Amino acid sequence: MFRFISYAIGLVFIFVLALAAVTGLIDSAGAETSEADLVREEFHASNKDVHWSWEGPMGLGVFGGFDDRQLQRGFQVYKEVCSSCHSLKRVAFRSLQDIGFNEAEVKQIAADWINEVPDINPDTGETTTRKATPADTIPLVYPNEIAARAANNNALPPDMSLLTKARPHGSDYLYSLITGYEPVPANFPEDQVSEGLHYNPHFHSLWIAMPPQLSDGLITYADGTPATVDQMGQDVTAFLTWAAEPKMEARKAAGIGTIVFLIIFTAFAYVAYRRVWADVKH
Amino acid sequence: MSFGWSKPYEPKSDFGKWMDARLPLPRLVYGSVGGGYEVPKNINYFYNFGVLSGLALLIQIVTGIVLAMHYAANTEVAFSSVEHIMRNVNYGWLMRYMHANGASFFFIVVYLHMWRGLYYGSYKAPREMVWMLGVVIFLLMMATAFMGYVLPWGQMSFWGATVITNLFSAIPIVGDTLVTFLLGGFAVDNATLNRFFSLHFLLPFVIAGVVILKIWSLHIPGSNNPTGVEVKGPADTIPFHPYFTAKDLFGVGVYLIAFSIFLFFMPNFLGHPDNYIEANALATPEHIVPEWYFWPFYAILRAFTFDFILPAKLWGVIAMGAAIVLLFFLPWLDSSPVKSMRYRPKARMWTWVLAADIIVLSWCGGAVAEQPYIIISQIASMYYFAHFLIILPLVSRTETPLPLPASISEAVLKGKESTGAPAGQPDSGPAPVAPEAQPAE
Repeated sequence: MFRFISYAIGLVFIFVLALAAVTGLIDSAGAETSEADLVREEFHASNKDVHWSWEGPMGLGVFGGFDDRQLQRGFQVYKEVCSSCHSLKRVAFRSLQDIGFNEAEVKQIAADWINEVPDINPDTGETTTRKATPADTIPLVYPNEIAARAANNNALPPDMSLLTKARPHGSDYLYSLITGYEPVPANFPEDQVSEGLHYNPHFHSLWIAMPPQLSDGLITYADGTPATVDQMGQDVTAFLTWAAEPKMEARKAAGIGTIVFLIIFTAFAYVAYRRVWADVKH
Repeated sequence: MSFGWSKPYEPKSDFGKWMDARLPLPRLVYGSVGGGYEVPKNINYFYNFGVLSGLALLIQIVTGIVLAMHYAANTEVAFSSVEHIMRNVNYGWLMRYMHANGASFFFIVVYLHMWRGLYYGSYKAPREMVWMLGVVIFLLMMATAFMGYVLPWGQMSFWGATVITNLFSAIPIVGDTLVTFLLGGFAVDNATLNRFFSLHFLLPFVIAGVVILKIWSLHIPGSNNPTGVEVKGPADTIPFHPYFTAKDLFGVGVYLIAFSIFLFFMPNFLGHPDNYIEANALATPEHIVPEWYFWPFYAILRAFTFDFILPAKLWGVIAMGAAIVLLFFLPWLDSSPVKSMRYRPKARMWTWVLAADIIVLSWCGGAVAEQPYIIISQIASMYYFAHFLIILPLVSRTETPLPLPASISEAVLKGKESTGAPAGQPDSGPAPVAPEAQPAE
């Protein structure tokens, strides 16, 4: 009896699945991919390949940390270019010491920051703002999303604190995006052009609200490195990769130590296992 | 407490005798994982995954308790509190990455453990209860993992929770009321996050309780082995300690190395980038996928796309539930008296097809819901149900199994002669197949 119930249940599921399969195939035979999807498929560009310092030898990512000088240059790009629209709200000024700024420099950077920190006037209780200190996180650019959209033609510049972890292959993607603006190709269909947006083949919809930001010589690097688009793109991406994963170097160092220990431990455990079992036929 | 199976414990020291008469804890340890527990001597490395599952549970509980000290279950701050753990808490990144990757590794070892049970017939009499308690643990694990994934309050957390809880609305009449009851509101929100946190903290301890019951019920008949032949006498077994404590320690080392590679060098590989975007009820991700360990079941859920009498969604929910619940009936679906697939050539072949089928289902479950993935997942789902509900019951009644060895020790000695394996080689039994495939990865 039991097995006939099981056959019956199995056959019911298979029957319903077969119906779904047949109707699904009929539906998909009639379905056509929309023009927008076809255009996206045709013009979308894959990520440019960059060898980052943290990818280490052979790109394995086991060794290889951040290059502090690059991070400092990247911070300069963020500060002078990106920070007029994009916040970096999860990064505290104090953590800039981890990329090689000294205490006095960090204090200066915080105090000079273009936006101030919201505060309460201790005498009147009214809301006010004050200069940032190293203990503060980098102040917001806009007080809220509505203000951000109002200032940016209804587009929202995302916070950059986790950007490289929030996109697949985030560092390569971000670098490709900010250095990947192109003129609209001649064969691009007229009706797929989005007015008011900017053509970028690395963006998923090909049309992005952010205008191209980088141009050769846009900023003057403190360390004298020539500020090409490619250089600035790599530097700011490296900085944002650090901002998203500031403990990466500590993590990798701990990892190498842990794995060396575990290999030795496992080797001893294996020898012990074989010795304990030496007299057993199994 | 003592097990009929175990050798009697005889305390040697005066303190041991004193203790044994008052709280026989040493007796319990001796009889369950000590020198008193006799284990078939031919069990292979696949039998390491039980201990490894226990280790994975322990790692989750320890790291989870530390994380709970810093996490805040409130929609306003949950995402930020996770970032606080990552950036400001000493070794917070280590705790969080251990916990996140630990969940995946828990599922990897549990899936391999289940595969072992499936292949060597460990679910059969007299071990049905061991298997069924395992299925209970599996269900609890899935609930725990699902709710845990919601806690960081990223985009996938929020939308995964929305999609999965919405499945209950497919239940006729009470569906919508049930969803509201489960969520504590009309949408996934603060009440949902809070209760998920509460339950996510509770369930691992329930799992630990069921693990104790499972080990208890395992120790009544004792462990199965790759031949599936029951233990005939003392020549077939060796004590758990020191033989299997030594072997398990080695297994633990290998497991921790694999775990460390992910944890330290690719901690976000098994996660989804969208979960680093804070939850936003107004922006739906392009395609919503659960964690990889749910992919086979997610594929079955989505395979039902046709309203046959019942709505397709309800069919999907029923089938996904059935895909797991049928495991409870496995000991009776498979009526063959022979346990191990080593001696069941036909059933063995179908079992390997099942392994491939589950891998295909996983692949479809993680892919976008469009052709050809839909049709592939429909065919793979058909096989999944056909395997357990039709093929296995039929094969177990019609196949002619190979002759079984008279005893474990005979199988061991015969294997030595025919294969000429060097002494001390683990798993030198007569089976020509080495089970290597993983049911879902």
